[in-house]
Amino acid sequence: MFEYMGKEIFAKFGLPVPQGRMITDPAEAATVAAEIGKPAVIKSQVLSGKRGKAGGIKFADTPEQAAAAAKEIFGMTIQGLPVERLLVEEKLKIDKELYMSITIDGAAKMPVLIASAHGGMDIEEVDEEFIIKQHIDPELGMQPFIARDVVRRMGIPLSGPHGKELVKIVQTLYKIFIQKDAELVEINPLVFSDDKVIAADSKVTIDDDALFRQKDLPYVEERSATEKAAKDLGLSFVDLEGNIAVMANGAGITMGTLDTLQYYGGAAANFLDCGGGTGREATAKALELLIAKNPKSMIINIFGGITRCDQVALAFKDINESVGFNCPVVIRLVGTNQDEGRAILASIGIEAFDFMAEAAEKAVKLAAANV
Amino acid sequence: MAIIINENTNVLVMGMTGKQGTFHTKQMLDYGTKIVAGTSPGKGGAIVEGVPVYNSVREACENHRIDASVVFVPAGGTKDAALESIDAGVGVVVVVTEGVPVHDEIQMVAYAKRKGAIVLGPNTFGIVSSGKCKIGIPPNKYFVEGPVGVVARSGTLTYEIVGNLTASGLGQSTVVGMGGDRVVGTTFIDVLKMFEEDPLTKAVVLIGEIGGNAEETASEYIKTMSKPVVGYIAGKSAPPGKRMGHAGAIIERGKGTFQGKVEALTAAGAKVATLPFEVPGLIKEMLGM
Repeated sequence: MFEYMGKEIFAKFGLPVPQGRMITDPAEAATVAAEIGKPAVIKSQVLSGKRGKAGGIKFADTPEQAAAAAKEIFGMTIQGLPVERLLVEEKLKIDKELYMSITIDGAAKMPVLIASAHGGMDIEEVDEEFIIKQHIDPELGMQPFIARDVVRRMGIPLSGPHGKELVKIVQTLYKIFIQKDAELVEINPLVFSDDKVIAADSKVTIDDDALFRQKDLPYVEERSATEKAAKDLGLSFVDLEGNIAVMANGAGITMGTLDTLQYYGGAAANFLDCGGGTGREATAKALELLIAKNPKSMIINIFGGITRCDQVALAFKDINESVGFNCPVVIRLVGTNQDEGRAILASIGIEAFDFMAEAAEKAVKLAAANV
Repeated sequence: MAIIINENTNVLVMGMTGKQGTFHTKQMLDYGTKIVAGTSPGKGGAIVEGVPVYNSVREACENHRIDASVVFVPAGGTKDAALESIDAGVGVVVVVTEGVPVHDEIQMVAYAKRKGAIVLGPNTFGIVSSGKCKIGIPPNKYFVEGPVGVVARSGTLTYEIVGNLTASGLGQSTVVGMGGDRVVGTTFIDVLKMFEEDPLTKAVVLIGEIGGNAEETASEYIKTMSKPVVGYIAGKSAPPGKRMGHAGAIIERGKGTFQGKVEALTAAGAKVATLPFEVPGLIKEMLGM
């Protein structure tokens, strides 16, 4: 999710954010800057940190300067990502930068709030003693006493305006985290600006598995085209750097296959987990994704439990007859309906292996020979 | 003996009338699991594979002793189903469903802790006490009785390793799937403690993967165990920062790396297999076979 989207959520929950808005046309920058009526900051909206260091954040004292800065940033590429949206907002007077986030601690099986009075760009280098970690018991939730104690531990006086505001912000942030099914809500920096406390930045990550009940949230595609195509098929696909295309049924066995290829000196072009119970048609579509990678060889590793070997083999037959394979293919096929599957493969000249290791070794050899 | 489930465990299937529920009810019955009841709200009175279906877990509990339940309910309703089982006092709840929202997982796990229930999953293949009882979805034929306890995060990789063990003449006491998600009900240490106390189990295989710190934490306990442990960690070749299917399988900021996990396990006295098929050899070596 882009910074401006996170800030829109913050604003809806009453968490203070700078005045301003997002634009997709740099020509609007002057208008927004004039609306604000104060010095402005123009921030590129890309899904990457390090925007400041890449020149993707600029300041402007006048609408004319804002227009010039917007023109400059718009169309830049930051870490391979094109800048297509800008956030124009008031330049804050920053007296102090703090850090605050809530995420999930898998080991503790509960949310954890992380806060520091030393926020800003170098938060990762801040000494452990200045980082406050507070686990939140899901049955208790974020009670006011927990919020007050976090602020006390940050070293901010509870009696002052900043302390009172921070106690509210801690509770609001937790409310957003819970209500929006977030995996992460982060404010860095959270700034003291005179008596106010304002979220100068936002990073919000929503749990993909909860999108079905968070339909009003803006969704930002972070996957490559192939990864997205796979997701639409119910498959899990990740692009990698090597030249051997890989498909297996299950995340663990797919990783095991990648590791075995590496052991024999090969490198995977991708990670493709086709899950359990994938049928003929979905398997054929998955094979098309592999072919599209233009690999030097291909390895399919199926340990069929729910997955039926004959269905997998029929998918091979379909592809062989339609688009055809563009590289040597190695398949390890064991499990349910193994014999039927292997007979089908034999009819199109593909030999099936019993063990993952021998199949992987063969795939590496074939890739090396295919130059 | 075995751990968590055995030949006397009475099992309830939640979502029994659905496609997965019906299919796996048959598979589990074929394995010899004592499935005594199912649930499917609104379909009470139906019979699936000869097993009576009830409208709620409480209704099933009024008619049968239920020791364990297995959840085949779609992700949106999984939290409700798991909470229903826990609330009715079911001691072991196996949640097979994948794609469960992580906030739901947190609530389920917290409630289970309060009520003293064991939750396996979400996103688990289940649990098998070989030759006695299977709850979940693994293929039946590779699980035979024997001295090796297996605990894992990942499903098919476990079948792979269990298949290798069985082919080498090493059966299993119990094979436990903790689930592949970031928040699951059971930890490696919970299961290792049970294996340490189980007379049938002579050695333990721990199947981990990159990401998180579960294997590192488990290593602390392994140091104190009397039984030999063999580990395998998937994801050696995974590039940092890439998600590999399981929510757990991601390396974040240098934590949870392959190397760190292997070092922790080795320092704790475990042997670590480089590849899945090396596991049986290492077990035999450590058992002096």
